[in-house]
Amino acid sequence: MNHWIVAPLLLPLVAGMVNLLLTGRGIGPQRLVSLACAVALLAVSVVLLGSADSDTLMVYRLGDWVAPFGIVLVLDRLSGLLLATTGVLALLALLYALNGDDRRGHNFHVLFPLQLLGINGAFLTGDLFNLFVFFEILLIASYCLALHGGGAARVRASLHYVVLNLIGSALFLLAVGTLYGLTGTLNMADLAVKVAASGPDQAALLRVCALLLLVVFGLKAALLPLHLWLPALYGSATAPVAALFAILTKVGIYALLRTSTLIFSGPGPAAGMIASVLPVLALLTLAAGSLGVFGAQRLRPLIASLVVVSAGTLLAGIGQANVKGIGAALYYLPHTTWVTAGLFLLADLIARQRGDQGDTLTHGRAVAQPTWLGSLFFLGAVAAAGLPPLSGFIGKLLLLQSVAPSDGLWLWSVVLLSGLLALVVLSRAGSRLFWGSQGQRTGQGAAHWGRLGPAAVLLVLSVAMTVGAAPVSRYAEATAVQLLRPAHYIAAVLAAKEAP
Amino acid sequence: MEALAALTVAVLVACGVYLLLRARTFSVVVGLSLLSYAVNLFLFFSGRLLGGEPPLAGAATATADPLPQALVLTAIVIGFGMTAFVLILALRARGELGNDHVDGKGGKR
Amino acid sequence: MLLLLVVLLPLFGSLLPVLAMNLAGRKAAALAAAAVTAIALLAALQPLLSVFAGKAMEVHRSWLPQAGLDLALRMDGLSALFVLLILGIGLLVILYAHYYLSEEDSPGRFYGIFLVFMGAMLGVVLSDHLLQLLIFWELTSLSSFLLIGFRHQHAEARQGAGMALTITGAGGLALLAGFLLLGHIAGTYRISVLLLAGEVVRAHSLYVPTLLLILTGAFTKSAQFPFHFWLPQAMAAPTPVSAYLHSATMVKAGVFLLARLFPVLSGTDLWFFTVGGVGLVTLLFGAYCALFQHDLKGLLAYSTISHLGLIVLLFGIDTPLAAVAGVFHIINHATFKASLFMAAGIIDHETGTRDMRLINGLWQYMPRTAALAMVAAAAMAGVPLLNGFLSKEMFFAETLHLDALGPVRGLLPLAATLAGVFAVAYSARFIHDVFFNGQPRRLPKFPPHEPPRFMQLPVVILVGQCLLVGVFPASTVAPFLALAAGDMLGGPLPVYDLAIWHGFNTPFVMSLVALGVGLTLYGGRQRLFAIHERLLPQIDAHILFGKGVERLVHGAKALTSAAENGSLQRYAALLLLAAVQAALLPLLTATAPLTGSVPLSPVDALTLMGALLMMAAAILVVVWHRRRFTVLIALSVVGLMAVLTFVRFSAPDLALTQLAVEVVTILLLLLALFFLPQEDRPESRSPRRGRDLLLALGMGGGIGLLTWGVLTRPFATLSGYYMDNSLPGGGGANVVNVILVDFRGFDTLGEITVLAIAAIGIYALLDNLCLEAGTVEGLPRRWADDRHILVLSLITRLLLPLALLVAIHLFLRGHNAPGGGFIAGLVTAVALILQSMASGIAWTREQWRMRYHPLIAWGVLITTVTGMGSWLFGRPFLTSAFGYFRLPLAGEFELATALLFDLGVSLTVVGVVMLILATLGNLSRRCAEARRGH
Repeated sequence: MNHWIVAPLLLPLVAGMVNLLLTGRGIGPQRLVSLACAVALLAVSVVLLGSADSDTLMVYRLGDWVAPFGIVLVLDRLSGLLLATTGVLALLALLYALNGDDRRGHNFHVLFPLQLLGINGAFLTGDLFNLFVFFEILLIASYCLALHGGGAARVRASLHYVVLNLIGSALFLLAVGTLYGLTGTLNMADLAVKVAASGPDQAALLRVCALLLLVVFGLKAALLPLHLWLPALYGSATAPVAALFAILTKVGIYALLRTSTLIFSGPGPAAGMIASVLPVLALLTLAAGSLGVFGAQRLRPLIASLVVVSAGTLLAGIGQANVKGIGAALYYLPHTTWVTAGLFLLADLIARQRGDQGDTLTHGRAVAQPTWLGSLFFLGAVAAAGLPPLSGFIGKLLLLQSVAPSDGLWLWSVVLLSGLLALVVLSRAGSRLFWGSQGQRTGQGAAHWGRLGPAAVLLVLSVAMTVGAAPVSRYAEATAVQLLRPAHYIAAVLAAKEAP
Repeated sequence: MEALAALTVAVLVACGVYLLLRARTFSVVVGLSLLSYAVNLFLFFSGRLLGGEPPLAGAATATADPLPQALVLTAIVIGFGMTAFVLILALRARGELGNDHVDGKGGKR
Repeated sequence: MLLLLVVLLPLFGSLLPVLAMNLAGRKAAALAAAAVTAIALLAALQPLLSVFAGKAMEVHRSWLPQAGLDLALRMDGLSALFVLLILGIGLLVILYAHYYLSEEDSPGRFYGIFLVFMGAMLGVVLSDHLLQLLIFWELTSLSSFLLIGFRHQHAEARQGAGMALTITGAGGLALLAGFLLLGHIAGTYRISVLLLAGEVVRAHSLYVPTLLLILTGAFTKSAQFPFHFWLPQAMAAPTPVSAYLHSATMVKAGVFLLARLFPVLSGTDLWFFTVGGVGLVTLLFGAYCALFQHDLKGLLAYSTISHLGLIVLLFGIDTPLAAVAGVFHIINHATFKASLFMAAGIIDHETGTRDMRLINGLWQYMPRTAALAMVAAAAMAGVPLLNGFLSKEMFFAETLHLDALGPVRGLLPLAATLAGVFAVAYSARFIHDVFFNGQPRRLPKFPPHEPPRFMQLPVVILVGQCLLVGVFPASTVAPFLALAAGDMLGGPLPVYDLAIWHGFNTPFVMSLVALGVGLTLYGGRQRLFAIHERLLPQIDAHILFGKGVERLVHGAKALTSAAENGSLQRYAALLLLAAVQAALLPLLTATAPLTGSVPLSPVDALTLMGALLMMAAAILVVVWHRRRFTVLIALSVVGLMAVLTFVRFSAPDLALTQLAVEVVTILLLLLALFFLPQEDRPESRSPRRGRDLLLALGMGGGIGLLTWGVLTRPFATLSGYYMDNSLPGGGGANVVNVILVDFRGFDTLGEITVLAIAAIGIYALLDNLCLEAGTVEGLPRRWADDRHILVLSLITRLLLPLALLVAIHLFLRGHNAPGGGFIAGLVTAVALILQSMASGIAWTREQWRMRYHPLIAWGVLITTVTGMGSWLFGRPFLTSAFGYFRLPLAGEFELATALLFDLGVSLTVVGVVMLILATLGNLSRRCAEARRGH
């Protein structure tokens, strides 16, 4: 029996608790533990990514209880992809934080690994209630991390975030309860079977579940009109935290994708419920996000709105509910996660070097390292605006190709226009931040590699995803195919019954 | 009995939601705890209503469904943690924002 | 393969100048750039020869099959011509720039970007794949953004760059859509294949949008009306950039695209009228504006717009001959316009200004430059014996026999002549105003002199070409033209001859008229300027554009901040509204009845009363929610009723847990309330209250219906399995507890993690927080701070050990009877709290000098490690094991890993609860100390 699949959960859990024991012994040992944990996580998730890239799913029966009675962890292409995306992001965000941001509040090195525990758990679990539990872990950890560093703005944004998500958790439980009350099971594969088999008299109640889950996951994924909390929170969070949060919205998107392609995929009465509502909302989200980007007066909120944009783009692809669309979205997902994260870190570097002007988009004091920051910003802007030749363009290209021109009018116009808005705004921002700044720059405040490196790597990954576009999108399409054939998943999970 | 259960849950939810939408952090916290009572009951009821038969192994007659009970227990504990956190966050908010308005609006109080 | 090299060399070679600059200064940088270009030219040589030999070269590699995106390069006559222009003129510009750029212009960076642009441009003309062409197309936009904004200390450079990027970038997006459509129609993105599919494309229902989108792309790039205005703004670029981008390359990309896709898209009325119309308007508009520019480069910019319009018009006329003329004019315009820009740059460089009202009579200061510029300008005006004349003649000839226009066919030759008139006029101004017309006035630099020889060399070469082509067209340009035009048309070439004298025919008359009228027009320019100033309001497209963008930004900002108004109440209302819809819509629109088939169970009086009490209490909570102490009583009643509900429906574990949690929660609320306002005046206005009431009722109703629907439906559950396997598999009779620690132990592990994080977070939140005690009606209230009742404290001190015993009992029996880790932990915690309550914080802190963080950590770790233990037996994480042992006295009892697991749970719970309450309890005291400290 291959135990590696629990490693992404146990590594951060143990690391977090060890760091809790280490509190009061200085930050050095904690840093070491977190770093080791992050490196190990990356290694493991890469290994798992490799083994996930096949048609046989890995199923791990916790407590050796067979599904659907015990909780199972399931590794398929989708979870593999997201684990790897998280692994890369986590290591780089941590490396950035090690330069002192981790000292700006309590227990950063306890919360950071536990945040990863919650995220990875959500990606791996095959049980709906267990998904709820991991959502709670990642939420409570994110509440604390969002507050990291303190200050009125963070407290206000976090208070809103917390209250909204507590409501969300209540709704989640209502959905779970209803599903259990109707089907008598919690295992997602088993739920898929039962839901598909359920009679017409249960249709309405099952639709309620589907829609409630859409609301719950939509809140996490920043789906319009539930996205309003995001810019304030991401715009105010400490840089490495904001960077890490780039993956949080993707957890909501993951959950949406999982439930809609598994539980509500079958011929049952609630089939395709989510897919029927999603496309419109996705485009509206995209539009709202672009508007936010266009109107932003500071760099961090601008990037935060870019997170909303990327959520809209991803959901627009997923809303297609076909191989092309989902494939496009899954190619776009790592790109947008890494690039927005990189931009958050870069924005922090820029703000640090512009003194009291911070990240306001006005002409002013020159940054200490115009060449480095300028080139990185250019790179990030091109990638984020979806301009050729970087991965953003490829992602959008795949997305545009996923609909037939005849019925893709809305998707095409919204996606292209949002691209234009981003182009205009980012070029304006760039020229205001780096061009024609008054006063000669001072060498002081120049960032060293400890900070510059992680930001640069995250942004350069976009280039890597361009060069390696073929294998990545091959994997993405394979994932989409796998998702649209839930029978495999169901068989793998429930077949574990017989396995010793 | 089913109707009574449904009504109870409904009333709790309604009261909770109303308080959630108030402007003061304390009311919001109270609303949240009302809501979580309601949700726990709902989750509990999803295993149906059966009196006097606690789920002990080897019981002769049919017993209540143990699984929802386990779920609710988990939910209660998580709910406790969350309520405590948001309550203390409310204190912090008053400290940082100067008052107990959910948006920090208004003067010191 | 060589083709690939041609494109990649400049792209990757772009780093060389930067390095060279840092290592060996600007000369080295220029040399590096020139070398890269030269090598690219060499690499292009062999393909060029084979193209002349009549066979096109191509490379094709697969890149991204999922998007049908390949790497495909192809060189035929048309692209060969452009490659020569791009590399040839590029080389000259590099040489020129070396003398033009000063040290602080950081030439290394300049050449770097310049090479990237060159590579992108080569990519555009060599692409054999639509999407790949688009990639290079956008790359030219990006690199030109950097080139135009190169001197970014000047505001106009920044604006010009931004505008150019916005317009051409927008065009690029339109182009992308157009290309996707085209690829969809033709079923391929390969241009060479596509060129054969003309009929299919033109017949397709999507032809119109396709054409319009692609034309938008081409027109924005080639600065056609109404997208022309970015080009004059782009004159803020260093002159070498203008000489390159706005004569030979960037703006030519648009017309190149028209030429490239000519066989596919042309041949329809839509093409004729759109392309021809836009071309004509641009031709006239540009020519007219050029006359009224005072800025030397402004004049050249508008004349460029006009000449591009001419070329577009020729393509629009849509006859083979016109197409040939178009290609011919592309070549000619590139040569004379590049040389003119360079000349203008020299003048700017020497006099320090480009204002023609200041610069006069330079003839006696820089005769050689003057001579060269005059020849080039004459070519621009279309004076015989110069290349401009030939293509202009062909153009005039083409305008004459155009039957498509029917009755109004006479207009086109007139318009053409008119454009010619303006061209002559502004060329005359360029010559006369700058080099003669009296003496220079107040030049920033005086006196100007001839530039260094090598700065002049490029101009000499280009002007030489103008002359050669003008005099011996047949022996110089003819073969290139034939090749390019041939591959553009993709068919047989029409018969034409490039003689410089076709006899005294109508086109020649038109030229003469243009020449004569143009000169007179220039003669009377003063009056003309006056009229122009007076009649035409000075509308500057670029200013409108800038204003427009600003207005858009503010609109977006207003909209966004109107939506994200930072009000939790709105966000929550939206969320709940969504939830209400989710809950109600399906139920209300359902066809099947909501009530299920299961017979209802009877209500007994006790339960009824309990339920009513619970609801009443909940409602009281709402009614009293402003009296905060009172509300707690009502709230705890609800909690107790929940406990009783659990008891009533056979869930003793839940009842115990709920009870313990209840106590702790209420305690927390009490403590917290000490730091919050204890009373609360009504805040919300009644409309909002109405809205909230509706939401509350909707939500309640929805969930109520949901409950009803679920409870009345038949139910089949997994739980039979748990009942059967609990004892044999889990070693416990209390199934709920076995589920918690075994079947679903993973949930439990997660949940104590949540508790742990919450406690840590709370600790961090309370750290260095200092709050005033809450107020009643604004008055600070007195609170019995550290005093405590002796009796109670004594009792609790006695009670404490008892409570601990109870806890241990509950813990041990939990596996088989109601109880377990949670409850034990909570009971312990409650006991400890009572202690501290009664005895005052200080006393307890002495009794319990305990650091709770490690306790929590150990709790979770014990649980986790217990789970890992199963690995030793090759079992999955959390697999349980148990055995029965017999001890003297104690008798038979059971040891289960579950017990260890549960131990971790209770340790965590104790740690968490104590940490929270201790930190909160110490808050007031710490504040007091802090205040005393200050």
